[in-house]
Amino acid sequence: MSGLEVLDPTGERQPRERRRLPRPDSIDGRRVALLDISKARGNVFLDRLEQLLSERGAKTERFRKPTFARPAPRALLEEITARSDLVVEALAD
Amino acid sequence: MPTLLRVEHGQVVDQLQGWLRDRWEEFTGVAPLGEGLPEYRAGCGSRSVEPALVEKLAARFGGDRLASRRISFGAEEDEFEAAYARGWSDGLPVIPPTPERVLRMLAGTSREPSEVVAVVPPDLVPCTVEKIAVNAVLAGCRPEYLPVLMAALEAACTDDFNMHGLLATTFFSGPIVIVNGPISREIGMNSGVNVLGQGNRANSTIGRALQLVVRNVGGGRPDGVDRATLGSPGKLGFCFAEREEDSPWEPLHVELGFRPEQSTVTLFAGQGPEPIVDQLSRTPEELIRSFAACLDAVAHPNLALGFDAIVVVPPDHARVFRGAGWSKARMREEVNRLLTRPGRERARGRGGMGEGLPESLAEADISKFREGGLHFVHAGGKAGMFSGVLTSWVNPNGGGSTPVTVEVRK
Repeated sequence: MSGLEVLDPTGERQPRERRRLPRPDSIDGRRVALLDISKARGNVFLDRLEQLLSERGAKTERFRKPTFARPAPRALLEEITARSDLVVEALAD
Repeated sequence: MPTLLRVEHGQVVDQLQGWLRDRWEEFTGVAPLGEGLPEYRAGCGSRSVEPALVEKLAARFGGDRLASRRISFGAEEDEFEAAYARGWSDGLPVIPPTPERVLRMLAGTSREPSEVVAVVPPDLVPCTVEKIAVNAVLAGCRPEYLPVLMAALEAACTDDFNMHGLLATTFFSGPIVIVNGPISREIGMNSGVNVLGQGNRANSTIGRALQLVVRNVGGGRPDGVDRATLGSPGKLGFCFAEREEDSPWEPLHVELGFRPEQSTVTLFAGQGPEPIVDQLSRTPEELIRSFAACLDAVAHPNLALGFDAIVVVPPDHARVFRGAGWSKARMREEVNRLLTRPGRERARGRGGMGEGLPESLAEADISKFREGGLHFVHAGGKAGMFSGVLTSWVNPNGGGSTPVTVEVRK
């Protein structure tokens, strides 16, 4: 058989290509959110990163997801968006 | 189809079907009629009710019931390869979802094709009865499985079940569908020999169709949002029925508050089975100790309260408990009693292993399973002194998944 007509089994969302934001010229004076997703030892990674970013003049602020097993609560996302220019998320164990 | 009509003032007032000499003579007032003809011939039926033609005609003239985008494969394109190429498959061949097949599938429910059954993660796409039917065709379901599949999807997409988290986790688990009540018999599900294995169409395709909806409608794909380190073969589809007819216990759904004559699906985020082998115990006191010893290792012997388990108990093990009149509640109580001990005995470092409970729980009496975290289900073939443990993903204590039961609506 050929030229068969079938029904689309997908959600029919045409995913739009989302362009990345341009890389910042400098992080000096920028507000950087450091998001801990509550995975073990994510804090170790972020502690070191915070130190390195501070040395380069960034203003860091720490945030934390209640659990890594669920998407971040809407309120947390809004807070991060309102309070920061850049975000670093620690995913790893 | 009528063969003779009586018309008065332009209205049909009477009619006959087929040929029956007496009836024709009476109807027309003319006798004798049809000399040389046989006494009786059935009338012909309309082709519109011929089984093979119904869906073709429905698709041609009633296709506006279907809202899904239509896709035409290329004239030289192999239809099975085409489905792979478009990313609709879980790795196994899928049945091309032609409008005819989808309409036939929709005959399995009285619900409108446009009705939204659930919002499917991770892309949070509203999923209609029709989209479920399209994926049910892909998976190889029969129309009568559709209500079970719809209930399974409804359960999967609740906040409690947390399908998004289950997809995204690096853990092994997938949705395990347990079917209870009369529908499991009506649609011919397997609850006996090789119950957790291959070979039964309903068991194999319902679980598969659920995962295909999550993949195709929700957009949850391996190496996309699905980040499983190892996964498990049950993620292709894991669905079975409880063996209710000769069970010593009330079925799972009755235990959860439903009536026996209701049909339900229970979704459990997990994997398995992990064998419990005990061919020698003949008393419930002995056998429950074997159960407890094996269950102690769920996730890790030093971990507790964070993972659930369902023990699938086949008839040979069940009769040991049946003989002594042990209920499911009694079995759970015994396991919890045997597996409750101070946290320090599961502490980090215990047995030379880094994994374990934190120091803060050292002095508390900790049971292996949370309240409601251990269940027993009767299923399997009649021969074999084994049980099988289905272990969970992280339970709600760890922000993971709570098992969810939903009634099947046709």
